Amino acid sequence: MAFKNYILVCGGTACESSKGGAIHEQLVKELREQNVAHEAQVVKTGCFGFCERGPVVKVLPDETFYVNVAPEDAREIVAEHIVKGRPVTRLLYDKSQSRRQTRVDDLDFYQKQFRIVLRNCGFINPEAIDEYIARDGYAALERALFQMKPDDVIEELRKSGLRGRGGAGFPTWKKWEFSKLARGDEKYIICNADEGDPGAYMDRSTLEGDPHSVLEAMTIAGYTVGATRGFIYIRAEYPLAIRRLEIALEQARAYGLLGTDILGSKFSFDIEIRLGAGAFVCGEETALIASIEGRRGMPIPRPPFPAVRGLWGKPTVINNVETLANIPVILLKGGEWFGRIGTETSKGTKVFALTGKINNSGLIEVPMGTTLREIIFDIGGGIRGGKAFKAAQTGGPSGGVIPAQFLDTPIDYENLAKLGSIMGSGGLIVMDEDDCMVDVNRFYLEFTVDESCGKCAPCRIGGRSMYNLLTKITQGNGTDADVVQLREIGHAMQKASLCGLGQTASNPVMSALRYFDQEYLAHIHDKKCPAGKCKDLVTYYILPDKCIGCGLCARRCPVSCIAGEKRKLHVIDAAKCIKCGECYNACKFEAVQRG
Amino acid sequence: MAKLTLDDLRKLRDTKKREMNQRETDGKTVTVIIGMGTCGIAAGAKETFDAFADEIAKNRLGQVLIKQTGCMGLCYSEPTVEVLMPDMPGIIYGKVDAEVARRIVRQHIIGRTLIDDHIFDKPHADLVPSLTASKKAG
Repeated sequence: MAFKNYILVCGGTACESSKGGAIHEQLVKELREQNVAHEAQVVKTGCFGFCERGPVVKVLPDETFYVNVAPEDAREIVAEHIVKGRPVTRLLYDKSQSRRQTRVDDLDFYQKQFRIVLRNCGFINPEAIDEYIARDGYAALERALFQMKPDDVIEELRKSGLRGRGGAGFPTWKKWEFSKLARGDEKYIICNADEGDPGAYMDRSTLEGDPHSVLEAMTIAGYTVGATRGFIYIRAEYPLAIRRLEIALEQARAYGLLGTDILGSKFSFDIEIRLGAGAFVCGEETALIASIEGRRGMPIPRPPFPAVRGLWGKPTVINNVETLANIPVILLKGGEWFGRIGTETSKGTKVFALTGKINNSGLIEVPMGTTLREIIFDIGGGIRGGKAFKAAQTGGPSGGVIPAQFLDTPIDYENLAKLGSIMGSGGLIVMDEDDCMVDVNRFYLEFTVDESCGKCAPCRIGGRSMYNLLTKITQGNGTDADVVQLREIGHAMQKASLCGLGQTASNPVMSALRYFDQEYLAHIHDKKCPAGKCKDLVTYYILPDKCIGCGLCARRCPVSCIAGEKRKLHVIDAAKCIKCGECYNACKFEAVQRG
Repeated sequence: MAKLTLDDLRKLRDTKKREMNQRETDGKTVTVIIGMGTCGIAAGAKETFDAFADEIAKNRLGQVLIKQTGCMGLCYSEPTVEVLMPDMPGIIYGKVDAEVARRIVRQHIIGRTLIDDHIFDKPHADLVPSLTASKKAG
């Protein structure tokens, strides 16, 4: 027989260390003593987030969320909640702490995320069109085709305030209107699914989990601007997303939701898939168009913008996957509804791929205006291993770092730009005290140098020069003049590069120099890497008065460069040491030092 | 499959919506939903899927439907599985390998108890539960 209630006790590391285990014990004991052991089961769970307010306890099925619970509270939770069926108000998560509660009215319990784009991801079978339809799929297309004129669709998008989610944040309705007004015997719709930032997988997950939402939006776009053909440009390295798109296209055609005379409306539209070879520059719209046309993926100067002169010289709307996935919801719930979510200038939600030194890495969707602190500590469960937060990188290789003092800044397009970063497509990489800024900058530059198409000199030569300077600094050979030069080249690249790749490639360095210049100077003046990452600047040694001779470091050393007799001082042979840090992490007596 | 007219589409939506809300199709009352995006599959979701199918067959649980879905967003706890059944709250289990999958069948579906150390929080409540439902005023 089933239990009436289930009491979930967070067993995440943070809650565990703050008495999660004792709470579990007490709850079990109280259930027994109050003779209700058969009514509730106490279960230990994975991390729930909200670690700063831990230990947390959740009671099902009513989803009551208790925070800062102490073992002594077990008696009251059982007596009140389980026996009498009313929550312990004192321990409830204070809704006023979450600004989001005030923004959207129809929520009555705590909530970390809002899902518009990911509304179907993780709910429906992406290979079954019927399940998409059951969740109001193709109802927006229906409304557009039969109840709205193209101008009504644009007006709804204008009211919504939706801006491009590929990174630049251009208002979507304007793009559509430019294409609608542009003359052309043929027009095209392109879905940009060339997701290239290291560590970003928002678009892949959306296409894998809910391919029809993108197909529906593209068809609506076709109806609005007067296009009959659409293309999805996706990299070949996303085989599952491609397969699910192919299945979705086939099913939509079979139902007559793509093809000629859709639902008897006289409007015809069809979509083809175009595979890219995975070049980062092909995410830039003019390079992407060149690639679809069968030419080498290189950008050309704008204007003319693709909305006026795009694919094969015809007016072309190019939207990112996430932008498109928002559109069916906007048409169904209305632009005004959408416009109530988010901040003054940035409406709706944003999907982030939360990765790096974070406990709960994952794909998240939060309203614009959510702070980094909420994302990292409430949703992400904090920094792995209890280390200190150092910075978060948004916008991948085109973005910048946000240091700890801005954890409480609401995230939107404008605020991120002010901080010297960009919204980007949604990669969010969390760094802790062990990450070296110079090293991270060098990693990103290596990526952009690799991916530069080589057409314009600022990007081709500037990127390489910056990379060389960064390498020099990480090796301990940097000078003050190098920093000056990094800034100069960086500015030149921002101003003079042909496309977004080069214009933004220096962003990580520029923002690191703004917030972490001391770390650069430590590399240059003191020849030290404070994070212990740059191997040329780090030496490991053992403190004689702390070493007890346990031999653990010697056993862990992969190159056997630590010697010493049992219970006697061990010594590292610096000449052989590869500076992997295994001994440093292994030592339980803080005898191994890094300097 | 024939092309749909507007009416067909609306009828199909109503039927499917009712089916999904009842969470019951062809006598299936229990649904096991397995996150099978690239990330889930890379973490072993296919083995999990097979283990569920095998354990369910072994126990002759004809009422259980196994379904795949996309990424649930809990990347740190892949493979992830949601179990929906009458009289039990909907639960998301994480780090479900073949062994845990079998335990879920025996302890959760048959035994109606939750399993320690594998429950993860639902990533969200859906912001748009029913899009075509009457719009809220204001």
